[in-house]
Amino acid sequence: MFRFIIKRLLILVPMVLIVVSLTWGLIRLAPGNFYTGEKRLPPAIEANIKAKYGLDKPWYVQYGRVMAGVFGFQYGPVLDASGKEVKDAEGKTLREYEWHPYPYFGDSLTYPGQSVNAILLRTLPVSATLGLLAYMLALIVGLTAGTIAALKQNSKWDYSSMALAMLGISVPNFVLGPLLVLVFSLSLYILPPARWGAFPSKNIILPILTLSAIYMAVIARLTRSGMLEVLRADYVRTARAKGLSEPEVVRRHVMRGGILPVVSYTGPALAFLVTGTVVVERIFALPGLGNYFINANFSRDEPLIIGIVAFISILILIFNLLVDIAYGFIDPRIRY
Amino acid sequence: MKEERTTEQEEQKRGEPALTPLGTPPTPPIRARAGDITRPTMELAVGEGDVRTAEHGTTEAVKGTSLWKDAWRRLLKNKLAVFGMVVVGVIIVVSILGPPIIRLTTGFTYDYIPPETALNKSFPPFTAPDGSFSWTHPMGTDASGRDILARVLIGGRISLMVGIISTFVSLIIGVTYGATSGYLGGKVDNVLMRIVDVLYSLPYMMIVIVLLAFFGGRSPLGQLMLLFIALGAVSWLTMARIVRGQVMSLKNQEYVLAARATGVTTGKIIFKHLVPNALGPVIIYSTLTIPAVMLQEAFLSFLGLGVQPPLASWGSLASEGIQNIAIFPWQLIFPGVTMALALFSLNFLGDGLRDALDPQMRKF
Repeated sequence: MFRFIIKRLLILVPMVLIVVSLTWGLIRLAPGNFYTGEKRLPPAIEANIKAKYGLDKPWYVQYGRVMAGVFGFQYGPVLDASGKEVKDAEGKTLREYEWHPYPYFGDSLTYPGQSVNAILLRTLPVSATLGLLAYMLALIVGLTAGTIAALKQNSKWDYSSMALAMLGISVPNFVLGPLLVLVFSLSLYILPPARWGAFPSKNIILPILTLSAIYMAVIARLTRSGMLEVLRADYVRTARAKGLSEPEVVRRHVMRGGILPVVSYTGPALAFLVTGTVVVERIFALPGLGNYFINANFSRDEPLIIGIVAFISILILIFNLLVDIAYGFIDPRIRY
Repeated sequence: MKEERTTEQEEQKRGEPALTPLGTPPTPPIRARAGDITRPTMELAVGEGDVRTAEHGTTEAVKGTSLWKDAWRRLLKNKLAVFGMVVVGVIIVVSILGPPIIRLTTGFTYDYIPPETALNKSFPPFTAPDGSFSWTHPMGTDASGRDILARVLIGGRISLMVGIISTFVSLIIGVTYGATSGYLGGKVDNVLMRIVDVLYSLPYMMIVIVLLAFFGGRSPLGQLMLLFIALGAVSWLTMARIVRGQVMSLKNQEYVLAARATGVTTGKIIFKHLVPNALGPVIIYSTLTIPAVMLQEAFLSFLGLGVQPPLASWGSLASEGIQNIAIFPWQLIFPGVTMALALFSLNFLGDGLRDALDPQMRKF
């Protein structure tokens, strides 16, 4: 187990490097950059800004700095005790690498004076709250509906919950979200249509419902099919034969079969959750990671794009590792 | 010689595969081994399909049915799948024939903006500019006065096209990759499958977003090509896994051995002997990939990265509709509901096909 975790953590490093390189390469290969917008800057100012962000250096130096940043090496001006930049003999600002125990992604281009790290710290709570609450809601509703559907197979409950689940898979969240807004905000006037309130507020209800619909549906289907498979297994028959009561059989043996596919779905679900949050944040105008990511793409804010992609990749990889570890605990047949 | 043939088949019926002399065309095994889940579907349907029909006491068992006939019969029994098939069929036909019919009857096309500024605004469904009832715009008009029905139909064309072509791209990549990995096995397989594992856990949609944001938007056609390739390139992973599993269970069959013994090249063995026999699950998974890809396209179009105006897809139409949802809700509802209906039907059709082609994968 310990060796497995170490191995996976070691794989994490090259994977993040691949993602960052891929994103960086795409941005670099594309024609135009942050400064080829509608408003042309005077050449002198553009040169100055480029020098400030290190964009005047050859590509390999820039690539090296991005990579160094991922490993926590921040390249920047050296500050003296009073917080002033130290100049060298020619009057140029002295710059060197400084190491932090966390990745450093440089300064954002669209939000001057803000580091990508600061933006990540500010936006992550919004997206994480949204994503986690939505996934928790999906787990509760999905597992319950799936269990009922499996235990009462071919009943009214089974058919109606599975039809609803299919609907949940088929209605895109950017259609569902505005429809919910139309009903609950613009017709019934009971929930706010957009914006982010402090955490326990009414604002979060519609975004969470919108985001969790598809996961509810998928989890309900997975639970149902997993449990139906287990209900016919020999060991469940044995459990019944040795005299366990039906609720006991379901709780101790059948539930496990229903939960396993859901646990293994959690890994890919997280990757999809990212795209889901992007849509929901745009519909409801929430100041989350996804919204910033899309805006960064439109304004070609290279450090911000790379920072968000790298950060999300690290997050997903770590979550996948946790899911695999959890899997080993739930299913004793699996050994690492 | 004829005598020998019968005994050989009888031996196989008893479950002991006769050794086929190398070089002679191998006889397919008559009865599949029971309980072997890796068993290829072709065999399953030919073998067990007969047993099943025999149980029902029909005479079909004697005649024997092909995999496809058998699957078709099972598919027709599934009401939801038939419903899905009919709706998908209707949507395809309407989105192909609809635009020319509208152009001939009312004169509107998807990108026709009326020259009069008085008409360049949103009218509700079935409403003439003076507010009276009229058939000209059954779904109303958008903010520039374009006919929404014509746009929804064109959107259907584009969405379905993206779904089908991207799935085809993913099919080619996935089948080639999975079959190669499964057939070669060993270290190659290990490396190739680790790569798939790695790609699985990456936020590839983010990279697609970067790709489209930085390279897209030149021309509507170029944008479409970019969408086909980008979406195809990220949807092949599961396909590769499925094909690999199939090929691994097939590659030790006698006909592959025979092919190898007669000197057929590895590439030909994979694509002429193994891939055709693994087609069942590939078709099933493809039908389920189409709605998934359509959803991704809609997602990208919603963000303004997919199909560019004046072209439209259901996603981009919904995205335009959301801007005016408070005043003109039909601009979201028509494309949104059409898309949901299409995805709903495609998913049911895919589920039904899975149950019909591969009863073993059936989820009870």
